[in-house]
Amino acid sequence: MHEYSIVQSLLDSCEEYAQANDAINVTKVVVKIGVMSGVEPDLLQTAFNTFKEHTMCEEAEFVINIQPILIKCNACEQESTLSKNEYGCPICQGVDVDILDGEEMYLMQLELE
Amino acid sequence: MCTDCGCSITEHQKTHQHLQDNPQLNDKKTIDVITKILDKNDHEAGHNREHFNAHNVMCINLMSSPGSGKTALLEGLADLADFNFGVIEGDLETNRDADRLKAKDIQAHQIQTGSACHLDAFMVHKALHHMDLDAMDVCFVENVGNLVCPASYDVGSHLNIVLVSIPEGEDKIAKYPVMFRQADLILFTKTDLLPYFEYDMEAEKAMARKLKPNVDILEVSTKDEASMKKVANWIKFKMEMR
Ligand SMILES: Nc1nc2c(ncn2[C@@H]2O[C@H](COP(=O)(O)OP(=O)(O)OP(=O)(O)O)[C@@H](O)[C@H]2O)c(=O)[nH]1
Ligand SMILES: [Mg+2]
Ligand SMILES: [Zn+2]
Ligand SMILES: [Zn+2]
Repeated sequence: MHEYSIVQSLLDSCEEYAQANDAINVTKVVVKIGVMSGVEPDLLQTAFNTFKEHTMCEEAEFVINIQPILIKCNACEQESTLSKNEYGCPICQGVDVDILDGEEMYLMQLELE
Repeated sequence: MCTDCGCSITEHQKTHQHLQDNPQLNDKKTIDVITKILDKNDHEAGHNREHFNAHNVMCINLMSSPGSGKTALLEGLADLADFNFGVIEGDLETNRDADRLKAKDIQAHQIQTGSACHLDAFMVHKALHHMDLDAMDVCFVENVGNLVCPASYDVGSHLNIVLVSIPEGEDKIAKYPVMFRQADLILFTKTDLLPYFEYDMEAEKAMARKLKPNVDILEVSTKDEASMKKVANWIKFKMEMR
């Protein structure tokens, strides 16, 4: 259940940005969660609802955007979204690919007041 | 420069942020921040790597389910490796794993995480200040037995070894892809038990290579010294590449 410690890091960042912008409240938090980031979106939502109390995010809407794995093939130079956990190019079957997105989790946007 | 220990990582690069004034709502504003949620952990992990690099030490994060044979592997390496190593041990409770290694004259420091199901870079950093890095070539971090959470946390290692033991059964790689995707080396452990389990080794290896086409794979049993020696050789080879 590392979703709890992830939410703690997230709330800390939100507060830092809010303070840096002289806001009193965070009204919306938008995150991008890669399907291969190791985070379960439902658990993240639950953890956020639990820990937001008594923070600047108490009233915040929490938006989770799920990011599939996005690769760029170094052989055919095409970008593809993977639908299975098979790290190869679906176009030319090459396995020399760069991972562009889908393995990380990001705080993307905040709405402050 | 790190104010705690003087290593040379500069402070957090401030992430680019810019304001978008929202014309409809005069007292609300939206800001695009685009920051990794585990930004601070990643920064600390980079910092740990600086420590290891400064002492010419290669750090390897060992991850697996509880009981897959992480400590047994380290005990085996103590007998046959031709490099010096130390171990940072992570468990919820007890000093038992560190004690097992100290009994083999291996430098070991135990972290008790209490309720945390993984080690993070901050815990490892604290432990580092208890380790004599000059006395070792390799520093292992034996993570908390767990195939889920440790995968999300960079602890500052240079390489990750993920173990999966035969008695855990098939499909572990397919079920825990995030963890196995992190592996530089996958070790199939307890292969002496293969006669007693339904286990299609080739199918598991094929799965691993779908997930990570360039991953290295070895089979080991503590009962087979040659197989343990191969792990030591892999590590030695990686040391020479740095
Ligand atoms: N038969 C057999 N048993 C093994 C082998 N490797 C480890 N074991 C046994 O598996 C059990 C667990 O091994 P440990 O090394 O303690 O496993 P671990 O991964 O360190 O466990 P945690 O730290 O609790 O997560 C012990 O009883 C070992 O003796 C092996 O190659 N063959
Ligand atoms: Mg152990
Ligand atoms: Zn291609
Ligand atoms: Zn430090």
